[in-house]
Amino acid sequence: MSAVATPDRQSTGGIISTRTLNRIVIYGLLALFALFYLMPLFVMLVTSFKTMDEIQNGNMLALPKAPTLEPWFKAWGETCVGLTCAGIKGYFWNSIKMVVPAVLISTLLGALNGYVLTKWRFRGHTLVFGLMLFACFIPFQSVLLPMATILGSLGRFGVTLQNATGMSFGLGNPTVNLVFVHVVYGLGFTTLFFRNYYEAFPTELIKAAQVDGASFFQIFRRIMLPNSMPIFVVTVIYQFTNIWNDFLFASAYAGTGDAMPMTVALNNVVNTSTGVVEYNVNMAAAMIAALPTLLVYVVAGRYFVRGLMAGAVKG
Amino acid sequence: MSTVATSQIKLTPEHNARPGASMRSRLQDALPKIVLAPSFAATVVFVYGFILWTIYLSFTNSKTFPSYALTGPRAYQRLWRWTFESDPPSSWYTSIINMGIFGFLYIFICLALGLFLAILLDQKIRGEGMLRPIYLYPMALSFIVTGVAWKWFLDPGLGLEQTMHQWGWTSFHFDWIKNKDFVIYTVVIAGVWQASGFIMAMFLAGLRGIDGEIMKAAQIDGATTFQLYRRIVIPLLRPVFLSAFIVLAHLAIKSYDLVVALTSGGPGGSAWLPSNFMYEYTFKRNEMAVGSASAVIMLMAITAIIVPYLYSELREKPR
Repeated sequence: MSAVATPDRQSTGGIISTRTLNRIVIYGLLALFALFYLMPLFVMLVTSFKTMDEIQNGNMLALPKAPTLEPWFKAWGETCVGLTCAGIKGYFWNSIKMVVPAVLISTLLGALNGYVLTKWRFRGHTLVFGLMLFACFIPFQSVLLPMATILGSLGRFGVTLQNATGMSFGLGNPTVNLVFVHVVYGLGFTTLFFRNYYEAFPTELIKAAQVDGASFFQIFRRIMLPNSMPIFVVTVIYQFTNIWNDFLFASAYAGTGDAMPMTVALNNVVNTSTGVVEYNVNMAAAMIAALPTLLVYVVAGRYFVRGLMAGAVKG
Repeated sequence: MSTVATSQIKLTPEHNARPGASMRSRLQDALPKIVLAPSFAATVVFVYGFILWTIYLSFTNSKTFPSYALTGPRAYQRLWRWTFESDPPSSWYTSIINMGIFGFLYIFICLALGLFLAILLDQKIRGEGMLRPIYLYPMALSFIVTGVAWKWFLDPGLGLEQTMHQWGWTSFHFDWIKNKDFVIYTVVIAGVWQASGFIMAMFLAGLRGIDGEIMKAAQIDGATTFQLYRRIVIPLLRPVFLSAFIVLAHLAIKSYDLVVALTSGGPGGSAWLPSNFMYEYTFKRNEMAVGSASAVIMLMAITAIIVPYLYSELREKPR
């Protein structure tokens, strides 16, 4: 290729300048789009450090003249969500309490399912997988109402249990409900991730271990798990991002009261119409809601992208 | 190590000889299915069972609470009637028209922009490692955060319009977010902002997978860069187009949060998508049967796109 290109470059000086021009245009366009993607985050960030005075009289793109952390403290500890004015900290913890168990359970089940569907195949394994996979894509509106009905009756049963035994066993607890919902509707994706990963794992190793008398769980624990680190990271990040960011289930099953997850609380903060709208506090609250997933993205961006790709390209 | 292995192999036939051991080995054989069973059962009940339940509800007269007496396809008849009620537009009419506008623009712009950025980034760019994450990070944000950020940015009194006025362009006017005829386009802007970087990453991965020899051969044959991409590269990317389309189409149909956070439904519900229609009718307007019917229609739309795709992906490939 260089053999073809070099004489060209030497013979005509014009080509070099068109090339330089091309490079300038390309870099210019790339920079322009970088601005487009960064702008909303930038505006959100600078606004969260401004006083209300500066917001009303200043330019939204200007850096804060007197940066203040006040809006962040207010968002965290004082702002009103509905009628309760205790900040968003409680809702932040609600989300953590919901996300951690939901991610762990769905990932572990996904790993086991993927292991069975690749290394212990049975007749009809493709159909089973296909049915679980399609579940990833359904609009959740088509299961929203029956689930609400079931969770409602479980809640009533929980009250009965509470009266009879003094314990509700988590029935009727909105956080427990959301963990359950996210595990059930996350299984398709976690199974998909592990199935595709284990598909490439050498079956000979499993066969050899079986000959050596290793059991189903021994093989899983000793051979599969130690070799699954990358896909665990990908799955955990994917599930964490999805569940943290979920709004539909959160608003349907924990849309009011103290158990609201972060996304619902943020929406309530921003759309509260009483009193003066404190934009700086809103933006700080939005930043706090975005921080966990942004942090994951910054720390483990490579795995994040791999998860998205794996979710997009089936095999 | 090897002695351990051989001694265990010797043990195996003795195991089979004992009746108790055969029970155990049968259990061992069934173990994989037992492990998979709870997940599969959960999928069957909570996905497919619940879908049937929703379909059943759509043929009843349920209002605030579910009622289980079948009353025929009344909900669908109402939706059908509303489909043509354009003046004044019914909520359903608005929702499906918005779905058409949003779906088409969102998918088309994301594909075009994603491909464009991927091609630009593939020109041996210095600093690619810095630009890629910048294009992609919005995908890590929730629709709610995205909506809040853009709501602020597009607000006529505070955001872009105000900034332009301060910079001296006083005739600049941009109030789409408050305008019932244009509010859906702001949803497109925010949606494209969020997903196009990811589509770029998909195309970039596809571009990097193309055999360099083909490109070189075409260049030697005297193809211009434009011809190279139009005639060779883009046709080779067809599988990526398909995957990206599937991802975008199902994201578009499921979009719900973005409309809520960005527009709160828009003036008079003018930014509704069918997902918002479903939620409002089911949980706020006490028209459970109509809400269920609209959910069934959404499901059918997604099924029509996804099932052929999954079928072709999962089919045993001839080797």
